[in-house]
Amino acid sequence: MSKGHSHDHADYQPDIEDFPFSERMVMTQAVAELIVEKGICTADELRQQIELMDSKEPALGARLVAKTWVDPNYKARVLDNCAKAAAEIGIDIGDIPIKAIENTADVHNIVVCTLCSCYPRLLIGLPPDWYKSRAYRSRAVKEPRKVLEEFGTHIPDNVEVRVHDSTADLRYLVLPARPDGTGDWDEQQLARLITRDSMVGVTPAKSPEDI
Amino acid sequence: MTALRYSPGDKVQVREAYPPGHVRTPFFVRGCVGEVQEIAGVYPNPEELAYGRDGLPGVPLYRVSFKQSEVWDGYDGPITDTLVIDIYEHWLEPRT
Repeated sequence: MSKGHSHDHADYQPDIEDFPFSERMVMTQAVAELIVEKGICTADELRQQIELMDSKEPALGARLVAKTWVDPNYKARVLDNCAKAAAEIGIDIGDIPIKAIENTADVHNIVVCTLCSCYPRLLIGLPPDWYKSRAYRSRAVKEPRKVLEEFGTHIPDNVEVRVHDSTADLRYLVLPARPDGTGDWDEQQLARLITRDSMVGVTPAKSPEDI
Repeated sequence: MTALRYSPGDKVQVREAYPPGHVRTPFFVRGCVGEVQEIAGVYPNPEELAYGRDGLPGVPLYRVSFKQSEVWDGYDGPITDTLVIDIYEHWLEPRT
């Protein structure tokens, strides 16, 4: 057995602890420990909050968008007050206001946070790494059409590209346009066409032929 | 109730100031002229909150729309493309 056992054990897949801890990772850990030690919240409350954030996913936002596609009155309520409209279908988006913005035949919306990585987390989960990257944050605001092309999205010149920079207290959710050929689809079927990226505005919703 | 200095449709110019500290007004838009699209509400001042103060009284927040071609030299897209940024009232000046 040991005779044939010649591969190099130094080549193991590294564990988390094998990467260097950055100063910010150490600071995060230190602050978390201090919060618990000072009794501001318990370790379990901290854990619960992380678990809650991790439980949010794009499917929640997709459910909301799908309903706006089949119910124009609901769409009007989403555009007017997203938190209230989300609560109607059992989604709690928390205290940070989310504003829904609608793609139309004349306007394509795309969201970026140039200052950090603000994102409608309670409706579509944690942001992808590219959303937090300096490349996306600096380029989406300055050359959005080029960035959109890199995501495979071509917006014709007669459609306005409207970039939303969520620098302050609001978070943005794009309502992508309903694809053609879905006239008789129900909400559940429609929700399968609505992706995370389409709710950030870097792609349209999927077409029926995509699924 | 905080009095609002601007209404939708008003032309405004972003203050061209470069104070130190936690500021939410992007560097690239300072000095630019835009149009108030919408009032986004009144929020505690983040420049105060960042230093552990209460940020009160709250400051009005506006969604201000800019023409991309006026924000960036050589913007490579149609003249109709826009950029909407959330800006607090104390960063805006009236522009006629």
